[in-house]
Amino acid sequence: MSLTENKILTIEGRGIPLEGNDIDTDQVVPARFLKEITFKNMGDYLFYDARFEEDGSLKEHPLNETKFKEGKILFVQENFGCGSSREHAAQAIKRYGIEAVVGISFSEIFAGNCKSLGIPIIQLDKSQISEILGAVNEFPTIICALNIKNGTLSVGAREFSFSMTPALKASLVGGTWDALTLLQNNEKKTNNLESLLPY
Amino acid sequence: MSKNTLYDKVWDKHKVDTLPTGQDHLFIGLHLIHEVTTPQAFSMMEETGATVKFPNRTFATTDHIIPTQAQERPFADGKAESMMTALENNVKKYGIKYFDFKSGKQGIVHVVGPELGITRPGMTIVCGDSHTSTHGAFGSLAFGIGTTEVRHVLETQSLALNRLKVRKINVTGDLPKGVYAKDIILAIIQATGVNGGIGYAYEFNGPVIHKLSMEERMTICNMSIEGGARIGYINPDKVTYDYLKDREFSPKGKDFDKALEYWKSIASDEDALYDDVVNINGSELEPMVTWGITPAQSIRVSEKIPEINNFYEDDRPVLAKALEYMDVKEGQHIKGLPIDVAFIGSCTNSRLSDLREAAKVLKGKKVKVKTLVVPGSQDVRAQAQKEGLDKIFIEAGAEWRFAGCSMCLAMNPDRLHGTQRCVSTSNRNFMGRQGSPTGRTLLMSPASVAASAVEGKVADIRESY
Ligand code: SF4
Repeated sequence: MSLTENKILTIEGRGIPLEGNDIDTDQVVPARFLKEITFKNMGDYLFYDARFEEDGSLKEHPLNETKFKEGKILFVQENFGCGSSREHAAQAIKRYGIEAVVGISFSEIFAGNCKSLGIPIIQLDKSQISEILGAVNEFPTIICALNIKNGTLSVGAREFSFSMTPALKASLVGGTWDALTLLQNNEKKTNNLESLLPY
Repeated sequence: MSKNTLYDKVWDKHKVDTLPTGQDHLFIGLHLIHEVTTPQAFSMMEETGATVKFPNRTFATTDHIIPTQAQERPFADGKAESMMTALENNVKKYGIKYFDFKSGKQGIVHVVGPELGITRPGMTIVCGDSHTSTHGAFGSLAFGIGTTEVRHVLETQSLALNRLKVRKINVTGDLPKGVYAKDIILAIIQATGVNGGIGYAYEFNGPVIHKLSMEERMTICNMSIEGGARIGYINPDKVTYDYLKDREFSPKGKDFDKALEYWKSIASDEDALYDDVVNINGSELEPMVTWGITPAQSIRVSEKIPEINNFYEDDRPVLAKALEYMDVKEGQHIKGLPIDVAFIGSCTNSRLSDLREAAKVLKGKKVKVKTLVVPGSQDVRAQAQKEGLDKIFIEAGAEWRFAGCSMCLAMNPDRLHGTQRCVSTSNRNFMGRQGSPTGRTLLMSPASVAASAVEGKVADIRESY
């Protein structure tokens, strides 16, 4: 994959409103689905226990509603993705077809995993998130558009600005969110540091 | 910004460069791997023909999926078997040291690293597991990573990272009887909230912390992540050095003295600067127990489950959900709540000292509920048997198992069924965590879990002495 293909500049589509604080990674992908040696099927397990009863019938959940099924931007509240380091959670989100997550706050490991997969994590404040959750619930077909470079998110006619760390922005816009190449470019310096370590 | 803390010193020692994105390029001194979060990374490497850059800085063991009862291969669970086979093939192919069943050293990755002397002060340590913070007890920067990052470390022995802020958590006073390391960390998380630590590394300090044994310190650092902090550490001191002396992988003779010099140099300076300081009075602590579905939803065992209206409006929906899920009521005493299962194990509390505390309580008594005792490693199991702890557990009616993660996250056959309520020494009480989507978990210290198992209900350990 060339770096140009990896560039993430804009994301446009319907929103998915997911209310609730402290949604942990065990809720994003329950542990019993981690026993697969590839990430291939993770999209099917997204929010599994919140979406399905034990007999497989549907529970009430935004992802079970036709109007939100095709959503590209997931709106959440506080401390989303807390708990385990499982990349399976970010993988499930990406493989389900969600391209960005917008919320009030995120666990660090989860945010790091999303960055490695090129999923922008956008932070807004509490009142902005409540306004957006309200709007998307009321008008599910409303179009949400993220512009990473300009730092704006529009929801219908409303526009919100957000800030992200320059590092994250640079990696999304420049297509270097998977840092592997950057780290490899420093091979000499890495070897040098290794040889000087006191252990 | 923090200055001259252990975090700053160790970070600077390992910083290779500043990347074009502005992130730091950090060298990783030690990489621990297990069967669940690595096969996907290795298969990506296979596609590109990449190799492991420093195989001697990587160690593997197996813990999450292994059965703790019948361990014959192939495992009854085909998926678990294929994860094991993938790990075995990968360590062989890439020349990685692997502690398997036959080695006598297999166990939970966060128990094995320290007890073999692989984990040491002043290192940067990562593992595809959020409880890697455990290793911070030795004065290292240790943190959990995702699978893509596992691949970065395998291929380059480094990571692209942002520097964290440093919060010092001072625990002063003297711990009352019946209060353990687990109670300290539960009280800290209750005070700071499950997301209070986001963006921070925690330095646990103060007289109470430095009086703790290494095993107790690991319990504290283990749960840093439950408060949102990716890293928790304790400055190394004599307790640390004594623990490391003569461990299998510790440096020996002159090398040990040289290492010691380095270890002493990286502790936070007396006049180090912190981004934040939190003080906790250890003398006022009591045994803690979680009543809800996050590790911050805890109370003292003598207290009642709180009234939701005493909390901010924003917090109330989660609290209401917790009450409903746990089937408890506001204003209800937690003590005396009936339980169905007791679990003693996990990387938080499955070391020899934890088992000793539980055995003290169980000696000569009988448990009223299904009780699982799962040592953290084969070595812990062997030592416990040497002391006769296994007999105490079995005579009390508990099950004495082989080493592994077991019912901490139930990726193996050990699990809750239906709405069973379990008192557990593990670190997470999330919904569905122990294997049943409706199962309920109450976190406690090993002594408190043992006392509760004897009574068949949530017990106050202070009444059992
Ligand atoms: S014991 Fe539990 S928390 Fe610890 S590594 Fe195993 S599954 Fe994770």
